[in-house]
Amino acid sequence: MNPHPDLTSSVLHGLGWYYLILFTMNLLWTVRSFKVDGEFDKRTPVVGGIPVAAVWAVLSAILLMLSAAHFTGGSDPAKFVIRLPEWFKNPVDAFFADPVVYFAGSVGLFWAMIRFREWWIRESVAWSMLQASLIFMGLSLSDYDFRQIVGKPDNVPIVAMLFIVSFLTWIYFKRAVENDKRIADGRPLVGSDDNDKVLVWPDLVYTELICMVVLTAGLIFWGVALEAPLEEPASSVKTPNPSKAPWYFLGLQEMLVYFDPWLAGVVLPGIILGGLMAIPYIDFNKAGNGYYCFKQRSFAICTFMFGFFPLWIALIVLGTFLRGPNWNFYGIYEVWDVHKVKAANNVNLSEFFWNAPVMSSFFGGLPKGSSVLTILVRESPGIVFIIGYFALLPPILGLTILRKYFVRMGVLRFLVFSNLALWMAILPLKMLLRWTFSLKYIVGIPEWFFNI
Amino acid sequence: MSVGDYIRNSQIWKSVFRHPAPTDRRNRVVVMLTNFFLHLHPVSAKQQGIALSYTWCMGGITFFLFLVETLTGVLLMFYYRPTLEWAFYDIQALRDVQTLGIMREIHRWGAHAMVITVWLHMYRVFLTGSYKPPREFNWVIGVLLLVLTLLLSFTGYLLPWDQLAIWAITVGSNMARAHPFLGGEGPGFQLLNMGGYDLITNASDAKFLLLGGRFVGEATLNRFYILHCVAVPLVAAGLIAIHFWRVRKDGGISQPL
Repeated sequence: MNPHPDLTSSVLHGLGWYYLILFTMNLLWTVRSFKVDGEFDKRTPVVGGIPVAAVWAVLSAILLMLSAAHFTGGSDPAKFVIRLPEWFKNPVDAFFADPVVYFAGSVGLFWAMIRFREWWIRESVAWSMLQASLIFMGLSLSDYDFRQIVGKPDNVPIVAMLFIVSFLTWIYFKRAVENDKRIADGRPLVGSDDNDKVLVWPDLVYTELICMVVLTAGLIFWGVALEAPLEEPASSVKTPNPSKAPWYFLGLQEMLVYFDPWLAGVVLPGIILGGLMAIPYIDFNKAGNGYYCFKQRSFAICTFMFGFFPLWIALIVLGTFLRGPNWNFYGIYEVWDVHKVKAANNVNLSEFFWNAPVMSSFFGGLPKGSSVLTILVRESPGIVFIIGYFALLPPILGLTILRKYFVRMGVLRFLVFSNLALWMAILPLKMLLRWTFSLKYIVGIPEWFFNI
Repeated sequence: MSVGDYIRNSQIWKSVFRHPAPTDRRNRVVVMLTNFFLHLHPVSAKQQGIALSYTWCMGGITFFLFLVETLTGVLLMFYYRPTLEWAFYDIQALRDVQTLGIMREIHRWGAHAMVITVWLHMYRVFLTGSYKPPREFNWVIGVLLLVLTLLLSFTGYLLPWDQLAIWAITVGSNMARAHPFLGGEGPGFQLLNMGGYDLITNASDAKFLLLGGRFVGEATLNRFYILHCVAVPLVAAGLIAIHFWRVRKDGGISQPL
């Protein structure tokens, strides 16, 4: 049973407003759909010949009724019926409350986003996805624990960011797919018929002015509606559990699960920034400068988006919403129980190697001792692996599958590029090794604080 | 003669605005050339290069948010005292008592928004390939500005001096302790020693430099306050100026070449 007080009448009223806004959005969309979308094909079963707008009209009606139900407020809020049932929430928590499923899911979503770009850029599809996610949000907000974490004032911008990023990505793919088609047909790009020079006053200056007014109004509204967080006065003896870094660093904090601080907190952020700065110098592709396209730059776009979506934004969402006390993973409807225990029994590569039956019978298990030589011998499998990964793999790749890049980039540029790519791959790689073999460190030398 | 005309014909008005209102083509050109705030822009641009569906306006919004943060930040500085005794209670009073306490809300939400808009600006610049020659170096400056934005947000996070603040900074600054060679618990720090004595200890390492002590304390509050209000904004303002200058010099705003 859920130990928390659940719905209150103020939450119900809030949700009533929420559904009212959704109703208005869909009502407007119905009008638009009636003008633009036409009818379902005559041969379609059941709905054949009916205007597509009818679907949106029905949705609008349902949303209006939902909203009205929240506003009546006649009965006890605790007995309110429109809420996610436990039989839905518990399996969702049980299945998704796992970093493996979450990360695999985000990578899968990333793949689907690119693979099915021509399908989901269609307006009806995109609108359906938006409405599905908004209704999912609304229903989930009836859950206390979901509300606790998503409704936190500092977390509201992250939710907003998810919607804005999705919208802008949709715009990008819409333009890019159109431009790809035009390039293939040899037609001019989107907007190139609009190539007249215009005066910046008024065409740009007014846009900027309107933008500033809207932003100012938005910020003031945001400031009035949502109070900035202020917790108890600072105390260096009361450690909160979990202790979280500011939200934009939670992707880095998540890396601490897989790497020691010197890598996750210093080296990898450094590589990320260095790698970002290196982009213009290693991207030799001259196409796609100044317009949206996908096919001409598919490798660059996919790489950047892989870094931006699964490796940055998804990890921030993971760190913010799904990591609870003791940095354990919690489902979106799950109570943050401090006593949740997750057994972590991870093993170093050196232990795997020296304790393997064959090695163990020859050499008597893990070499013991603290001399430099013993340590190096003990960790030799990991050291060999790391050297092979960063020093041997680039030339091998350059001479085999990435030969095309190697020829066009030259030695230095290719080495920088391939090393950056290998660094980028090291996080997913370590994640996989952790999940499959419970691998703790590839190289584990705690004596020198040198663990990889 | 109407009052408006009287004012527009006065010597004072004419000394401020050196030409008639930008209502015809000539004056719309002149205003861009003579006005300090407008001269960041070119006089004319291609229609598709300034279309909102193309630019997303994220760079401009980021700059506007920087200005909002500066304005609200200066107002907050009049009120807030960065000491252990007062920091928390000043913020509390801004929330509960002060009429213009909403400045803090705007400052905080503006900061969050700015982090997001910087990312989105960068995302758009990447997607349109606008970092490609001749704009390579401006992309590098942009990455530096991204770092400074995060740094501004991070240093500001400590100032309310509540539980949220010090523990977030503690988690963040623990990374400095693990800096290779320069952190007291980082790999290789033992190599830096002189006559058997470690040069890098927990009283002389990167974390100590950042915090002004071994733990987040009063020295840290002062250090972060100066970084947040003076040092980082100055550097950021300089880089923003260069960033804008290079937009104009490296081929203008992004559009098909």
